[in-house]
Amino acid sequence: MSSLDFSTTIGNTWFPAPTFTASGCASSGRELAQFFPLREMGGVVTKSVMSKERAGRSTPRMAETPSGMLNSIGLQGPGIDAFIAKDIPYLIEQKARVIVSIAGETVEEYSTLARKLRSVSGISAIEVNISCPNVENRGLVFACDPEASRRVIDGVRRTIGGELPIIAKLSPDVTDLVTIARGVVDAGADGLALINTVLGMVINVDTMRPHLGGKTGGLSGPAIRPIAVRAVYQVHAALPQVPILGMGGVASGKDALEMILAGASGVSIGTASFGNPTAIMKIQNELKQLLIDRGFTSLKQAIGYAHRPETEQVNV
Amino acid sequence: MSQINKNAQQLLVPIVSNKKVGQYHQIIINVGDLASLCRPGNFVAINVGGDSSSMILRRAFAISRVSVNATFGGTMEIIAAAHGQGSKWLCAQGEGVVLDIVAPLGTAFGIPTEPVPVLLVGGGYGSAPLFGLAEVLNARGCRVDMLLGASTASKIYAPMEGKRAVNSMRIYTEDGSMGQTGRVTDPISEIIKDLDVAVVYSCGPMAMLSAITKITDSLSVVHQCAVEEAMACGIGVCMTCVLPVENEDGKISMLRSCIDGPVMDGSRVQWSLVGKQL
Repeated sequence: MSSLDFSTTIGNTWFPAPTFTASGCASSGRELAQFFPLREMGGVVTKSVMSKERAGRSTPRMAETPSGMLNSIGLQGPGIDAFIAKDIPYLIEQKARVIVSIAGETVEEYSTLARKLRSVSGISAIEVNISCPNVENRGLVFACDPEASRRVIDGVRRTIGGELPIIAKLSPDVTDLVTIARGVVDAGADGLALINTVLGMVINVDTMRPHLGGKTGGLSGPAIRPIAVRAVYQVHAALPQVPILGMGGVASGKDALEMILAGASGVSIGTASFGNPTAIMKIQNELKQLLIDRGFTSLKQAIGYAHRPETEQVNV
Repeated sequence: MSQINKNAQQLLVPIVSNKKVGQYHQIIINVGDLASLCRPGNFVAINVGGDSSSMILRRAFAISRVSVNATFGGTMEIIAAAHGQGSKWLCAQGEGVVLDIVAPLGTAFGIPTEPVPVLLVGGGYGSAPLFGLAEVLNARGCRVDMLLGASTASKIYAPMEGKRAVNSMRIYTEDGSMGQTGRVTDPISEIIKDLDVAVVYSCGPMAMLSAITKITDSLSVVHQCAVEEAMACGIGVCMTCVLPVENEDGKISMLRSCIDGPVMDGSRVQWSLVGKQL
C-alpha cells in the first residue's frame, strides 16, 4: 500500500487510525477481541458507565427496522468502580486505546465519574454522553438543553483538569445543534461525538402496544446515516477547529469517507458490529484504500474536504 | 473472566442441502473443521438477505446437529421456520448458496460425567438441538427419554432418525392431532420419579421452560434449558437479549442469553421477572 498517514488527533491525543467503536455497541471490548485484536483499530469507546451498577430497561429491548434497529437498553452496566477494576485493565493489557464514556443523571454524577477516572492511567480520552435517549426522565436528556449541556461539560472539565481530552456526545433530536455544540466547546469540550441515536418507536400490531419494554428507543444503523452526515457537516462548518467523531450508520469504508469529508476527524462504528463482528476492520481497510485512490496522502487532508469552495476542483 | 466465545469464527460457507421437513426447513451447511468445535446448545448467527438487504442483523439458530461426513467434510444442521422476513429468505436459499455465519456461539448443554437417566423436553421446533444432544448423551451411556410438544401436529419437529438415540419418545399436542392430547409438561413429574431422572434438558418457548422449572424445582432435579430471547448481535455486545438471573449470592442481574446462555440453569432464571423492570 502506498504511504498514507492514517492517524488522527482528538484534543491532544494521537490515534494511529481514525476508527473507533461507538459507545454502547461494543460493551467493554472483550467480546469483539475474539474476532480481531483491539489494538488494530483507532480506539475502543466503552459503553457509557454510570456511578452505580444498573439493570437497565425491561425486555423487549430491540426491534429491527428497515436498514436499522431500535434499542432500549437503558444504560445497563456494572458501575464505575467495577468498570475501573475489571474493564480498563483488560483493555490496557490488550494494548487498546481507550476512550471511556460516562453518563449521569445529574450534573454532579458526571463530575463524580470524572473524579474517579482522573487517577486512572492509560485512558486516551473521556466521552461525556449527555444524549442517551433511554433514561427514565426524557426531560433530562442534557443534550437537548444548551444550558444543561454546558453545565455538565463545565463540571467534568473542572474536575478532570486540563489533561484528558473531553468529547461531548450530542443528540440529533434538537432544533439547533450548532448552538449546543458551541456551548459545550465553550465549556471545555475538546471534541464532539455526533450523533447519538434518534428517538423512535415501533408498535406491535398484534398486541397493539409499543413493542419495546421502554416504549421508545434509539434508532441506529444506515437508516440514520444521512442525518449523521448532515449533523457533522453543519457543526464542522460552524466550528471547523473542533474535532468530531462521526457516527450513525457507518457500515462501509465509503460511509466512513462520507463522515470524514463532512468534517469528522474519526468515525465510530456501532450497529454495523452487531451484524458483522469484523465490521470495524473491514471499514478501516476500505477507508484507507478509498483515501489512497483519491490521492490523499493523509487522512487529515480529507477531513472536511466537502466544504471546499465551489470554485475549487479536486486538488490533492 | 475466561475468553468469550473462544471457538467462534466468522466464515463464508456453502449450503449443502435445504429440505422441507413438515413445516420446517432442514438446512445443512458445509462448515469444515468448525463442526468439531460445536457442542449441543451452541448456536449460529447467519446473515440474511444478501449484500443489499435492509435487514442489518443476523438471525440466530440453534445448531441442531453437526457431523463429519466423507463427502462434505464437516457439516452443520439447522432447523428453520419461515416465520419472519429473515428466516423466509434463508429457507428460500438452495444448495451452493454461500452464507456468512458466525459460530459456534453461546453456552452448551452440560453432559453428565456419569451415565444417569435424563429427560429431554422440546417445544415446537425447539426440539431440534435435542436430537444432537441425545446422541451425545446416548454415547455417554445415559438412558435418554424424550417428550415433544406443540399446539398442533404440523408444529412438531421429530425426524425419523431422531429416534435412534432415545429410549422412548412421546408426543403431545394441545389439539390432539398427533400423539397424546395435552401439554408436554403434563407427564414430566411422573417420568422424573419413575425413571429417577437426574437431569432435564429443555428447549422451546419461554412459557414451557418456566413451567418445567416449577416442576423440577419441587423435585430438586437439575434443569438445563436453552432460552430464546430476541438478539441483535449474538456475540454479547448489544445487551438486548437479557434475562433476569439469580447468581450464587442471591443477587438478580440481567444476563445476556447470547453469551451467558442460551443454555442456562432453569432454577436460576427468574421467570416471573422476564419482561419486567428490575
